Amino acid sequence: MEKPILLDCRGIWKLYGAHAEDIFSRNNGKLSADEIRTHGLVGAVRDASVQIRQGEIFVIMGLSGSGKSTLVRCLSRLIEPTGGEILFEGRDLLSMTDKEMIEIRRKKMGMVFQHFALLPHLTVLQNAAFPLEVQGVPRAEREARAREVIELVGLKGREAYYPRQLSGGQQQRVGIARSLAVEPDLWFLDEPFSALDPLIRREMQDEFLRLQGMLHKTIVFITHDFDEAIRLADHIAVMKDGEVVQIATPEELVLNPATDYVQEFTRHIPRSKVLTLRSVMTPGAPSGETAGDLQQDRRIEAVADQIEASDLPFRVLDNDGSVVGTIGRQAVIDVLIGRKVVS
Amino acid sequence: MNRLRDLLPGRSGWFWLGLFAITWALSHYSWDIYKALDARWIVKYPSAYLLKAETSISAFMQWLVEDATFGLFTFRDVTRFIAALIEYPYDFVRDLLIDGFSVGLGSDAVKIAPSLSWIAVIVTLGAMGHYARDWKLAALVGGCFLYLAVFGQWDSAMVTLASVLIAVPIGAVGGLLLGILAYRVPLFEAMLRPVLDLMQTVPVFAYLVPILFLFGFGPVAALVATIIYAMPPMVRVTTVALHGVPSEIRDVGVMVGCTRRQLMWKVIVPSAAPTLMVGVNQVIMLTLNMVIIASMIGAGGLGFDVLGALRRLDIGGGIEAGLAIVVMAIALDRLSQAFATRTADLHAIDADQNLVRRHPWTSVVLLVAVSTFLLAQVSPAFQTYPQSATISTGTFWSDFMTYINVNFFDTFEAVKTAFLTYLLLPIKRFFTGIPWAWGILVMTIIGWRIGGISLALLTGILTALVAAVGLWDKAMTTVYLCGVSVLVASVIGIPLGILAAQNDMANRIVGSLIDTLQTLPSFVYLIPVVMLFRVGDFSAMIAVVLYAMAPAVRYAAHGIRNIDPQLIEAGLVSGCTPRQVLWRIKLPMAVPELLLGLNQTIMLALSMLVITALVGTRDLGQEVYIALTKANSGQGIVAGLAVAFIAICADRILSASARRARRNLGLE
Repeated sequence: MEKPILLDCRGIWKLYGAHAEDIFSRNNGKLSADEIRTHGLVGAVRDASVQIRQGEIFVIMGLSGSGKSTLVRCLSRLIEPTGGEILFEGRDLLSMTDKEMIEIRRKKMGMVFQHFALLPHLTVLQNAAFPLEVQGVPRAEREARAREVIELVGLKGREAYYPRQLSGGQQQRVGIARSLAVEPDLWFLDEPFSALDPLIRREMQDEFLRLQGMLHKTIVFITHDFDEAIRLADHIAVMKDGEVVQIATPEELVLNPATDYVQEFTRHIPRSKVLTLRSVMTPGAPSGETAGDLQQDRRIEAVADQIEASDLPFRVLDNDGSVVGTIGRQAVIDVLIGRKVVS
Repeated sequence: MNRLRDLLPGRSGWFWLGLFAITWALSHYSWDIYKALDARWIVKYPSAYLLKAETSISAFMQWLVEDATFGLFTFRDVTRFIAALIEYPYDFVRDLLIDGFSVGLGSDAVKIAPSLSWIAVIVTLGAMGHYARDWKLAALVGGCFLYLAVFGQWDSAMVTLASVLIAVPIGAVGGLLLGILAYRVPLFEAMLRPVLDLMQTVPVFAYLVPILFLFGFGPVAALVATIIYAMPPMVRVTTVALHGVPSEIRDVGVMVGCTRRQLMWKVIVPSAAPTLMVGVNQVIMLTLNMVIIASMIGAGGLGFDVLGALRRLDIGGGIEAGLAIVVMAIALDRLSQAFATRTADLHAIDADQNLVRRHPWTSVVLLVAVSTFLLAQVSPAFQTYPQSATISTGTFWSDFMTYINVNFFDTFEAVKTAFLTYLLLPIKRFFTGIPWAWGILVMTIIGWRIGGISLALLTGILTALVAAVGLWDKAMTTVYLCGVSVLVASVIGIPLGILAAQNDMANRIVGSLIDTLQTLPSFVYLIPVVMLFRVGDFSAMIAVVLYAMAPAVRYAAHGIRNIDPQLIEAGLVSGCTPRQVLWRIKLPMAVPELLLGLNQTIMLALSMLVITALVGTRDLGQEVYIALTKANSGQGIVAGLAVAFIAICADRILSASARRARRNLGLE
């Protein structure tokens, strides 16, 4: 029942340095970290494989210098990868001509940038309409569409402003509107909220989730903020030194970090924000009386009050509605106070 | 790391001191050594080994003009084609501003339309000022041009303006296209850079000689020279501006599916527009500067008036024309700067409004042009500013100068003599006494010491070339004049810059003073200097100092202002007095900027020095000037290149020292 894969990247490499291509192909596309160093190269992305499924939010998380921005630029071919394979809707992206790439970018991809990257000489309306202008869409038509997306991001009434007259949050709303103007299938967001104040960042995350609730795009979202990743992601790929360390759902990441590095991130994450009932319930149907039914993929945070208030346990249901387990007050309290949870 | 330590005082201090002492001794006793050893080659480069660059270049130019052919067309056709390309638009603009349009030739000419009336020109410029910023600028620009009309400089000013109007678009667009090409093709940029470097260091007069030879005397030759002179900075600014566009902006263009052309013209160039406009401002100012200078090869206009006045020693006329140039320079500078920083209106123009309301400025200008045309049928005063109403300040200035000379002659003379005896002459004796062979060696050593083997090769070879073409004595005179002027300019300019950096009030005053000084075409500086001190090295020095002081002030102020405030706070909490903060923290940290300022000062000084040939120096500039009057391409180019070589040596050595200083201070 999993959704089909929209973007499939296998073994992406990006090496910087003199003769990077030659050295890479001479070693048949296999270089250890040491070999890269002895050749005087920099391995910005090393053998990264990610699959992005239709309609999901796929977050690539890593600290600065981990290669996440390089990877996403390889995925959109803003940067030419040194090696690897990228399939977009089953077609090989890397073998496409410039012309085909232009066509794909015009019709199927959208991107939001960390520093907004609004064109300073264009108004909000013209910025939002810019992708359509490039395609040669007639003025009236593209401006009508631009007005739609501007309204969608809540900037109605500011169409005639110039970017410098807007706050950071508003500018990024324009950036989002622009990337949505062509109704892309694949939506890249490169640290879209990193340059914003924490309060605004939170607000923009909510806004982003609201938009995604309406639009159901396939999203590749880059961030260095683990909280943000946990909050938004369906799947997270953690990167370190150019390598993908782990790909998992937020919940799996917290429960089973693949390395100490990943664990270091998860340590300070409140469990209740991540864990779902499925991973803390007692398997099997409850024997006695119950207080009600809860879906297994609800997060603890969302149902904690309800469970605590009741003396009786709840039944946990799977997606088909059959009973798969029981959850009681004790299990929830364990999670909330951070007692070691056995899963 | 060892090399870094060398820069510290101590061992390296002794090294420089020793080098100077040997040089001084050799310079002082070179004549005695020559006599003692009977070796004339010590003081004079042996003529048997002279490079015959001058004659070969002249012969080459001769061949170019007379025989060179590219199969289908000759070189002469090419120059004729270029001349025609410039001549037609130039004639049109001249007709528009001065002569009026006519058909037919000579006595058959029938006037079909008059030129724009003086009122229309003033209103047009005022409207541009209002469009670019506000009423204040409109008043300033309009007022400046009104001044030109009232004080009787209108016709000359319009000739100059016509040249500017032709040269600026060609220079700016040409520079932009070359810059874009350099941005796209790194190989082209690598090839272009040394050419640009050379073009910026070759003195302006040296441009004029071959152009005079190729295009003959007249406005077209002047325009060609002007365009060649004003374009390189635009190329440079363009590449810098395009490289300065954030990579994200470029990524946006690619991600929305721009073609290469769309990416350049819809994304990168517009995003770089503010910086590009700075380049256009530079093109305008350089154009004005060169149009004035190019009056020597037939540009006419205000520059011609100044030149004529200088030659006749017509004090009043010179000052009048000079002031007119100043006024025009200020107007054009402020106007183009306003365009560079112009912020578009908050709300987009409503397309439903009628034509007049949508284009208020154009409408006003058209209205004024048409109505003055109609009114001129009734009264010619609407067409041309009435002669009877002009005010001439010529006699006033002449009287004023006479008064000054009568009353203060002794003072000025005393100052001049003191400077000559205690500063100029000793330094002149030092530099001109250096034997050429030792000079080459010293430059090689300096280059090696500061920038390693490659810099040593460069400075050594360039210096040797100067000696080999037989210009050693003249070159040393140039170095001496340049050195003295730079010294004086730094002694005045650096303290001013420090003052400006620490005091807001001083900053405003010094800032506007320097801004104005820098907008003035170099020619203008000669006028007061000659009036007060007559011809000679001292006058040349004053003019050079005035012209070249600006960067010393600017860089000093910038260097002091940009110091990390935490460093100053650290000094203050350690109990430094303000004086200690200045000497122990601010000045040492500002050294790299001071060196860059020194570098710029030297560049400006060298370019001005050549122009001061008009007031009777005996250096390379004079050599170029003589070549110009004789239209001797070889002589002009060789002497011009010698100046360029000096400039390149100074530039490379100082940039290398500035880089080292930055590294030592941990700023890089």
